[in-house]
Amino acid sequence: MPSNASSPLSADHFVADLEETPVKAVDAVDESEKPRSSWDDAWDSMKSRPLFWISAALILLVVVVAVFPGLFTHTSPTSGADLQSSNEGPEAGHPMGFTRQGLDVFARVVYGTRASLTVGLLATVIVTIIGIIVGSLAGFYGGWLDAVVSRIGDIFFAIPTVLGAIVLMSVLPSRTPLTVALVLSLFAWPQIARIMRGSVLGAKSSDYVTASLALGVSRFRILLRHVVPNAITPVIVVATVSLGTFIVAEATLSFLGIGLPSGTMSWGNDISQASVSIRTAPMTLFWPAAALSITVLSFLMMGDVVRDALDPKARARR
Amino acid sequence: MLWYTGRRLLQLIPVFFGATFLIYFMVFAVPGDPVAALFGDKQPSPQVLEQIRAQYNLDKPFIVQYLLYIGGLFTGDLGTTFSGRPVLSELTRAFPITFRLAMLALVFEAVAGIIVGLVAGLRKGKIFDTSALVVSLLLISVPIFVVGFVLQYVFAINLGIFRTTVSSQAPWNELVLPALVLASVSFAYIVRLTRASVSENMSADFVRTATAKGLTRRRVVGVHILRNSLVPVITYLGVDIGSLMVGAIVTEGIFNIQGVGGTVYKAIQLGEGPTVVSFVAVMVIIFMLANLLVDLLYAVLDPRIRYAK
Repeated sequence: MPSNASSPLSADHFVADLEETPVKAVDAVDESEKPRSSWDDAWDSMKSRPLFWISAALILLVVVVAVFPGLFTHTSPTSGADLQSSNEGPEAGHPMGFTRQGLDVFARVVYGTRASLTVGLLATVIVTIIGIIVGSLAGFYGGWLDAVVSRIGDIFFAIPTVLGAIVLMSVLPSRTPLTVALVLSLFAWPQIARIMRGSVLGAKSSDYVTASLALGVSRFRILLRHVVPNAITPVIVVATVSLGTFIVAEATLSFLGIGLPSGTMSWGNDISQASVSIRTAPMTLFWPAAALSITVLSFLMMGDVVRDALDPKARARR
Repeated sequence: MLWYTGRRLLQLIPVFFGATFLIYFMVFAVPGDPVAALFGDKQPSPQVLEQIRAQYNLDKPFIVQYLLYIGGLFTGDLGTTFSGRPVLSELTRAFPITFRLAMLALVFEAVAGIIVGLVAGLRKGKIFDTSALVVSLLLISVPIFVVGFVLQYVFAINLGIFRTTVSSQAPWNELVLPALVLASVSFAYIVRLTRASVSENMSADFVRTATAKGLTRRRVVGVHILRNSLVPVITYLGVDIGSLMVGAIVTEGIFNIQGVGGTVYKAIQLGEGPTVVSFVAVMVIIFMLANLLVDLLYAVLDPRIRYAK
């Protein structure tokens, strides 16, 4: 080392001449270039995968159908029922045939998208917000707060989500997409909170947190500006996948007759109503089930892609 | 190990009381009168309502009701369904059927799931692996009641291999089709879990050592890869008992099985809230105990947990 040159030992040791190592060349950093975040890397990895574009296109399609169902069909899903065509197969203008009540299956599938997607999206947003807040506070501040929050979480975690939802929905007088979403989130938040807590615990011991503390940044600001953004990736992956599972949960509750009321158009209700005449008209059950499964599948695939992109270990394994 | 068992048991106690309290609280904090709801449009005289409320302790304060319920749990009295039969005798009648169904489903999903997952993990990127992944994703995204109706339609109605509905005795052979339905989703999860775990262990140092010292491939796969890959799968089986219960409600409803799930299904259809609650509360308790068992099993399998304090 050059600093040794002046030490008494220098006489016995070989010390490289300063000129031999062009220090400047090694240290040169192009400061004008924008720093690459892990999000940029993730995006690069995602956009090269066909699975990402397939699931993104499907999700986009489902969202557009949910927001503007009128763009896709001119047939009314609730009126104009013709009992003479009850459970009839496809014909011109009715590509998926008719329900038992003589309604157009295609129109019902299109208009049913909104309720299913609303429940899934609402529940995911609620669970993610609660989970992130609770998990990061518990993980970051620790102590009694962590103990209390974790024990409460354990209690909710001990009740399987759909089982708890069955209990609550079977006694709840009001059944709207919002209440279904709230009931599902009530039992599902500890999962996200646990993941967030673990992730925050990991990020808390990073050097940049110590550095910020040394610089005198307030603890709350450190949590908000440094810890949460760095700890949030596993939550995003789980949230994407759980959107799909919430849609399935809503359909299951509706199938049991305690989800959305039977007047509300949703895939779960349509499947449930079609199940009565499965022997004579199985396709009436098939179409809403297919729509539901493709939607869930696209969120599951998106979750897989996002996980692979955000987890460098998985990226190397692939 | 003893220390670990004791600590897990102690942790279970507050969760047990918390969860039962929560279920109880939810039902009674919800607006509406369960007794009045029972009679629908034809309301009986106030005296009859009072008598029924007293019989079910509904006239007492909430916390007293809960304590009476917990006291009953420990003395074997699980309450009465609104049709008048004690929940415990209903359970003893229905439980063996559901137990048979769940055991069959567990065996199906564990055996088939581990074999498919192992083969897929060993041949990563090959055609078998890709198709296993696609099939498992499809199974996860199709709700269990759709799987139930489709299998019932294809195998029982069209091909006539199985019976459409199960008789009240529910012998093993009639439960095969419902068990396949019940196992479908968990099968998919086990395939994915085993595959991920196997493919990770394939590149582990201990596997390279085992191969280097000349062990046969059969032994490397069977003893070194498989055993180490099973630890996460066992943990999953514990969580899975919860989804098996929900699945049992749906599956037993579809195939008209007179088990615990079928009873809950009927109670939901009839709007008997209190019956649903007492049965589901028992299910939650079983779920918690099963999870404790799995935790202990996990500790036996993984020495790192066994010796950790």
